[in-house]
Amino acid sequence: MRILVAMSGGVDSSVVAGLLKEEGHEVIGATLQLYDHGAATSRKGSCCAGQDIHDARRVADTLDIPHYVLDRESRFRDAVVQDFADSYARGETPIPCVRCNQTVKFEDLVGLARDLGAEALATGHYARRVEGAGGAELHRAADPARDQSYFLFATTREQLEFCRFPLGGMADKAAVRAAAARLGLSVAEKPDSQDICFVPEGRYSDVVAKFRPDAAEPGEIVHLDGRVLGRHAGIARYTVGQGRGLGQASRDGDQPLYVAAVDAGRRRVVVGPRTALPQAEIAVEAVNWLDAPSAVPRPCQVKLRAREAPQPALAEWDAASGQLRIRPEAPAIAAPGQACVLYDGDRVLGGGFIRRAA
Amino acid sequence: MTPLYLDANATERLRPVARAAVIAALEAGGNPSSVHGDGRAARRRLEEARERVAARFGARPADTVFTAGGTEANALAIAGLGRGRRVLVGATEHPAVLAAAGPAAEVVPVLADGRADLAALERMLASGPPALLCLMAANNETGVLHPIAEAAALCRAHGALLHMDAVQAAGRGPLPGGADSWAISGHKLGGPPGAGALLLRPGLDLPALIAGGGQERGRRGGTEPLPAIAGLGAAQAAPGEAARLAALRDRIEAGLAGRAIIAGAGVPRLPNTSCIILPGVAAETQVIALDLMGVRVSAGAACSSGKVARSPVLAAMGLGDLAGCGIRVSLPWDAPEDAPERFLDAWAAMRSRLSKNAA
Repeated sequence: MRILVAMSGGVDSSVVAGLLKEEGHEVIGATLQLYDHGAATSRKGSCCAGQDIHDARRVADTLDIPHYVLDRESRFRDAVVQDFADSYARGETPIPCVRCNQTVKFEDLVGLARDLGAEALATGHYARRVEGAGGAELHRAADPARDQSYFLFATTREQLEFCRFPLGGMADKAAVRAAAARLGLSVAEKPDSQDICFVPEGRYSDVVAKFRPDAAEPGEIVHLDGRVLGRHAGIARYTVGQGRGLGQASRDGDQPLYVAAVDAGRRRVVVGPRTALPQAEIAVEAVNWLDAPSAVPRPCQVKLRAREAPQPALAEWDAASGQLRIRPEAPAIAAPGQACVLYDGDRVLGGGFIRRAA
Repeated sequence: MTPLYLDANATERLRPVARAAVIAALEAGGNPSSVHGDGRAARRRLEEARERVAARFGARPADTVFTAGGTEANALAIAGLGRGRRVLVGATEHPAVLAAAGPAAEVVPVLADGRADLAALERMLASGPPALLCLMAANNETGVLHPIAEAAALCRAHGALLHMDAVQAAGRGPLPGGADSWAISGHKLGGPPGAGALLLRPGLDLPALIAGGGQERGRRGGTEPLPAIAGLGAAQAAPGEAARLAALRDRIEAGLAGRAIIAGAGVPRLPNTSCIILPGVAAETQVIALDLMGVRVSAGAACSSGKVARSPVLAAMGLGDLAGCGIRVSLPWDAPEDAPERFLDAWAAMRSRLSKNAA
């Protein structure tokens, strides 16, 4: 069948294109240009810089497949980068990879694939799409170290039906690199992408300051008990649970302090002892279900940040208000803006964004 | 099925006479600057090409400067003639001209039909020190012909110079007169890439952009790319070619009537070019969909990254969101007689799939 492959120029999506071609499919490659690569050409280990577009094109040449570069700079800036900055300005910790998947990647590319008469969109994500009784299901990747299902929770069921993740069953990254070498792809040894692709040199606060200068204005660091302990150089530098960057407010006597909340309205960073941070209940909004939502509280496992194992919890869904309430078995630290993804074992049930306390 | 190449404005198909001239020059070798017999033979080949190009495009051989292509010819003219002058550029100029003119250049608007706004031009010429106006003979995306003779008269009246980017117009019909300099490109008229020319009206001179060994009467250093220049010299349109292409183009547009918008329809255009707007569908999607059906068209000027962006040309014509929905069909000199039917079949197949998905 005709399949559109989203090719970043990295080894993962290159292998996807190669494997599908090898299986006899009619493969079409598409690479998104997401920002002016002039500013990012020297950047290593991030996606979609100029070098990555070049690499994607060379891989397509090697595989002898048609390949197209799609200009998505303004779409990406509006849907992902602006949202990233706005989220910080609201006192949240955004998760731009999810926004990008939601908008530029899945929404737009599924539409393009359909317009081009393709029957599927394939990406290099590490996740498994399993045909279940009720349609396509999203499952964790075979390699837990590479699993990206957390970032895919917002994929709609309709998009999931159309998508393919051929790397989900790969044992590990070495297997992917071996496949790349076997396919003769020049990117077989290319370093993995890291961090946030559009942030040069890891200074995400500079990007936020450019789009939302208000998030870079100084303010007070305040203890939960009301004492002013110090000053900060912009709320965008802080996320709930963070212990670094607090200066003299990092300790209260012997007790280390952590960010307990970011109060955007008063430009305050609120700190407290570690024990004050975990919450017994977490409110989640903008929920996407990949399984029929349960009317009664449902035991499941939840993941509140990208790098942690899912923890047992109870999920209460209020369909009328569209609000999801999570009661973790052990109170947990939740950073507003991050994703809360629900699992039943390996299967992703759905997820949403952690809401700020009212 | 052999692909249907309809992107002549990106690069024209190589003409057999040009191919033969390239090969002959490659095989003969020789540097035109050499004193010996081989050098003299190369020099003769170079000057014969210069005479043909000069005669064909309305200049004297002594005023014909070979360059590496259209971009360089435009840059040479704008750098040389624009020195000490305000630079005015048409709103739909090619990036080669816009980049050479620089960010300080003043933009002359176009009317909704794509032609330069002469009233605005006259106001701009009258409102400041002497200018250099850069106005293309024919637009690369729409094929719309600008009113060069009228613009030239206005320039003369206001002490301005006129540089004409004739890259798309050359070889596709008679070039309008009145410009002080005009640029052509070999691969746009059926020669190989790698050679172009800047032609100057008698009495006008300019300094080199690229210094060097004094070639081209000191106006362009560097050993002449003789095979490409020989190809440019030989690449001549056949009699009746323009009329044949215009008939094919008109059949395409007739077949689209009521289903698409033709940009610049109703004003004089190149015979081979049609800019077809399908409202609501990204040009990028159309170009890819047609490519996958073996029909080669483009959207906007070809860009080195290969990406497709919203057309500044169509935007300058006030087409708003439609500026992102136009594809360019440009028939090559050897377009087959069934090109209209093949294009229309593919276009209809694309459109029916798109409307099905939209539903």
